[in-house]
Amino acid sequence: MIDTFTNTVLFTMLVLTALAIVRMERLFAVVMLSSVFSLLSALLFVTLDAVDVAFTEAAVGAGISTVLMLGTIALTKPAVKKSRHNAFVPLIVVCITGAALIYGTLDMPAFGSLDAPAQIHVGPDYLSRTPSDIDVPNVVTAILGSYRGFDTLGETAVVFTAGIGVLLLLSGLRRRRDDDGEDI
Amino acid sequence: MIGTMPHLVFLIALILLFIAMILVLIRLYKGPTLYDRVLSTNSFGTHTVLFIGVLGFLSGRPDFLDIALLYALINFVATIAILKFFRYRAIGDVLIKRESKK
Repeated sequence: MIDTFTNTVLFTMLVLTALAIVRMERLFAVVMLSSVFSLLSALLFVTLDAVDVAFTEAAVGAGISTVLMLGTIALTKPAVKKSRHNAFVPLIVVCITGAALIYGTLDMPAFGSLDAPAQIHVGPDYLSRTPSDIDVPNVVTAILGSYRGFDTLGETAVVFTAGIGVLLLLSGLRRRRDDDGEDI
Repeated sequence: MIGTMPHLVFLIALILLFIAMILVLIRLYKGPTLYDRVLSTNSFGTHTVLFIGVLGFLSGRPDFLDIALLYALINFVATIAILKFFRYRAIGDVLIKRESKK
């Protein structure tokens, strides 16, 4: 009952924010609105008990990408360029994609149902073995850090490499600007 | 749990929080100046923190309060970036620009 109410209000605010993003002309306001959009979707993840996903959404969507978008606006122009093409074909494509996604969810198990494949495959095994195997209170941490430790190590290596690459690219850019000795 | 007094209090707090969020969102949509929008974005971040807290107490599991604190930190970073954008009209190259003006 309370969950339904919360989800309805949050989804209403989410849709209104999305509509406002579409209709807004000033890009600075669009950045603000998309930050709020990502906070709202983070709240929806929190109501679904996926706090880790919610935290990633808030950190990436409301934190980092706001900063990146503002940096982009600082380098480009702060107003929308009027698009000349017709919006009809993209609308149809979006509607078809949305219908396909909804169709894909139709035969999924209900939210939180006990006989969902995710709950009966390896989940109970992890839940029963974690206290004796690893002795970490959080099962997700146990899976990420120990059962799938090499997987996590690989992901961390990928993210680390990407960060190093971006830093190298940016430092090269700064050196070129210094060599030019001029304002941007 | 349901129907007890604290539960009712948190439910009322949740509803009032939703009303506050909607008011902030209206200011964000209409906001005549950019400063209205910055202020409302920052305020919405604060409401996010409060909502996570209230929802945790409402469902009887206030385990995620520390995560709500981290949301406050994210909000702070975003606000600092926005204010820096207002001040310098740039995010990354502030030092170079100031040096080249001398």
